[in-house]
Amino acid sequence: MTFLFENIHLALPEMVLTSAAVLALLGDLFLKRCCKNAAFIISMLGLGLCILLNALMLGEEKHIIFSGLYISDGMGGLMKVFICFTVLLCFFYSRNYLEERQIPSGDYYVLGLFSTLGMMILVSAHSLLTIYLGLELLSLPLYAMTAIRRTHADASEAAIKYFIMGAVASGMLLYGFSLLYAATGKLDLSGIANAITVVKEEQPALLSFALVFIVAGIGFKLAAVPFHMWAPDVYTGAPSSVTLLISSAPKIAALGMALRLLTLGLSPVLEQSQQLILVMALLSTIFGNLLAVSQTNLKRLFAYSAIAHSGYALFGILAGTPAGYGAALYYILVYALMSTAAFGLISMMSKEGAEVENIEDLKGLNRRNPWIAFMFLIVMFSMAGVPPAVGFFIKFAVLKALVDAGMLTVAVIGLLFAVIGAYYYIKIVKVMYFDEDKSQLTLKLPRTYQVVYSFNCLSLLYLGLFPAGLLGLCMNAFA
Amino acid sequence: MSHLLNLLIWLPITGGVFVFLTGDDNKPDVSRYVSIFVVLLSLLLCGSLLAGFDQSQAGMQFIDELAWMPAWGIQYSLGVDGLSVLLIVLTVFTNLIVILATWNSISKRVGQYMASFLIMQGLLAGVFAATDAIVFYVFWEATLIPMYLIIGIWGSSNRIYAAIKFFLYTFLGSVLLLAAFLYLGFLMGNFKIEAFYAAKLGMTAQSLILFAFFMAFAIKIPMFPVHTWLPDAHTEAPAGGSIVLAAVLLKLGAYGFIRFALPIVPDACNHYAPLMIVLSLVAIVYVGLIAIVQTDMKRLIAYSSISHMGFVTLGCFAVFLAAQSARLDNSALLLEGAIIIMISHGFISSAMFAGVGFIYDRMHTRKISDFGGLIHTMPVFASFFMLFAMANAGLPGTSGFVGEFLIILGSVKVNFWMAFWAASTLIIGASYTLWMYKRVVFGKIANEEVAGLNDLNSFELCSYVLLAAMVLIFGVYPKPLLDFVHQPVMQTLTLAQQSKL
Repeated sequence: MTFLFENIHLALPEMVLTSAAVLALLGDLFLKRCCKNAAFIISMLGLGLCILLNALMLGEEKHIIFSGLYISDGMGGLMKVFICFTVLLCFFYSRNYLEERQIPSGDYYVLGLFSTLGMMILVSAHSLLTIYLGLELLSLPLYAMTAIRRTHADASEAAIKYFIMGAVASGMLLYGFSLLYAATGKLDLSGIANAITVVKEEQPALLSFALVFIVAGIGFKLAAVPFHMWAPDVYTGAPSSVTLLISSAPKIAALGMALRLLTLGLSPVLEQSQQLILVMALLSTIFGNLLAVSQTNLKRLFAYSAIAHSGYALFGILAGTPAGYGAALYYILVYALMSTAAFGLISMMSKEGAEVENIEDLKGLNRRNPWIAFMFLIVMFSMAGVPPAVGFFIKFAVLKALVDAGMLTVAVIGLLFAVIGAYYYIKIVKVMYFDEDKSQLTLKLPRTYQVVYSFNCLSLLYLGLFPAGLLGLCMNAFA
Repeated sequence: MSHLLNLLIWLPITGGVFVFLTGDDNKPDVSRYVSIFVVLLSLLLCGSLLAGFDQSQAGMQFIDELAWMPAWGIQYSLGVDGLSVLLIVLTVFTNLIVILATWNSISKRVGQYMASFLIMQGLLAGVFAATDAIVFYVFWEATLIPMYLIIGIWGSSNRIYAAIKFFLYTFLGSVLLLAAFLYLGFLMGNFKIEAFYAAKLGMTAQSLILFAFFMAFAIKIPMFPVHTWLPDAHTEAPAGGSIVLAAVLLKLGAYGFIRFALPIVPDACNHYAPLMIVLSLVAIVYVGLIAIVQTDMKRLIAYSSISHMGFVTLGCFAVFLAAQSARLDNSALLLEGAIIIMISHGFISSAMFAGVGFIYDRMHTRKISDFGGLIHTMPVFASFFMLFAMANAGLPGTSGFVGEFLIILGSVKVNFWMAFWAASTLIIGASYTLWMYKRVVFGKIANEEVAGLNDLNSFELCSYVLLAAMVLIFGVYPKPLLDFVHQPVMQTLTLAQQSKL
């Protein structure tokens, strides 16, 4: 028993978050009369504490605890900081949205916290079982949140789609796991890696099957082509505040899962997995960017852009070097920040009866509120990969890793499709800045929102001007 | 260590952010005065840059280095040689002209307008001062953002099409540049431009890298087959945007050829030099002929810019033929000519676009047929415009003549027909410029609107006097410019003539 509890403090963030989720649930039930926002406040405090704990533990050595179920290392720590941070921002941006529409906000925060807990478990999983546990804990609350507005047909449809697709993905992943277990007889990732090197020659077919199913499952979770079909519908159908959550932190978790499985457990069959990843990454960048061009619905457009971004993140894994993994990590962390900023504005600007759904709804934003328009401009150019926004440096990181690994052609294809990607982002800038709207309305956001949103967007500029800090952390995580 | 270059980059950017934040359309003059104050301050800094610069010394000066991304061996490193110094000063000077010449022509979102130009000025200074390829690329790409906004927000009717075309066209070129940088960085282990000079490259690699450089720089200059974005961008941009575009942004392409293409891939440049020269001559002759038939004044000047830039690329690539048939000083003549044209075209095209801007503000049309007889109502404008039109046509005594003369002189020793077609610009250039001038300025007063025109106001006059002084001074006495560019030209030529195979 002593062995089980050794170094247990490393899992402290998860414990704190679990308590916060339970407390928020209780608070929402019993404190509602005296304090309307109990769940919100408890969630914010819990997440804030989690960020702090994770940040303090960033410099720690790599430890594997709970008999090989749980790993605490640089990658996991960094991902957890960003997961908690983006979720915190998501909750903050969603507050008014939920209140105005009388969505049960307590449910939103509690479900969100449990999902966050799932993400955190997923990125620090060191065993197939923990991965599956984390994945389900991450996904189930999200399905429920998509359907949080029960009366809206769109949302219910999206939730059903999301649930079925998610279930299929989980099934595939589980089937892959079972094949892998059959081949190796191990569940913890380093054990699997060792066992594979032994049985690689004996059972290549079984391993290949396992690999294909596992990669397909990862593809579903990252919404990479050809497993992307759910993303546009779910993004569009879900309430904006839920889309905001789905689009940011779970992406980090999904990439974390991919990195754990492919670079830890399946590292001996790297060459085979690279071929699968190559197809997925290229198709995602190509189709994500091409399909986004013709979209008029803002949320759908960002869904396709998310598919393209997953492709770029996969480029880092494709490179198959520590620098490449670091680049993939860097990419997804920053992407989560950008996506939070993009959907954050959509949820903040949406008013009951005047939802921001289409690109046209941003018309004349520069006149309505020049500062917010400027902030959104930074987000758009960052997503398009134009320096000095950080979006350039994340693309640079993954492409550099590709070139260094000798895959110049793939890098050039990625670059060319970034040009197509730039088109739809600058089209949004065009609508905000160049098109005049007839109405004389101005956009007023509460001061706190304005400050937090500016902080979120300016961080993209700051990380672009001073990229060394975060980049160094990401690279060290795999050094 | 010297922080002068950093100041030249970040002072206008900070100023721009300040102007953006304080901008108020009810008090537009505040933004204008703050902006011109920042630009004058930058000019002072330019003065100390010029004074502290040692022309006889080869290599970079005012070096400033900071660790930026140590994980990748990328340093934030700045430094200037004679060529960069001239282009930085030209950038700041052009911005002064922009602010003076369009003082009253913009009344919508003045703060954002001025902020865009100030930020652009800082970014352009960064492009010319960067000595690390990634720092160069970051500044190079970042200039797209303010220019995209300038064309799109304050442009004329077809501005959105032009802005998007401008952005995507140049973005496409630059991503290939990034690919080339990534490959070179992979070979050398860091991204210093000087390190790239030492890269050993085979012919295939050189050809591919040259192709990437060509896509980036030829689109920016622009060279003949990839020039189609420029007439649209120039025509739709507001006068200030056209001025910066013509005076500085086009020079980025030429600067790129001189700084990157010639020294890094000399053998590929040598191999493809005949093709480049033919493309340049096509630009000079064919695009010049296109300019003659234009009915829109701005489009005419845009095509004339492409034609002049043909001279620059001709000068850059003819050095390889010159090296085969003649001596080094002949190559130097060609490259120095190209640089002089870059600087002089900065003044002349600014003046031409500013002139069109002045009359556009008054009449809200750019069609040549809507004008006639301006000399009766705007005599001062007409006389200044005469000077700039003559300079555009390459009249001796103006700065437009010096560079063209040097290049024709250099190319005559290489190949007679090359010189012949290049020299034809003296006729073609005169025909499109002077014929336009005749139709717009001379003759009877065309209509009542022309009859009611006012002559230049004091801000406009101020900008024209400054430009006229530059055109005349460097037309009569170009030696200061030549002194500045001599060392970098020699260095580039030495590198360009060492085979890497």
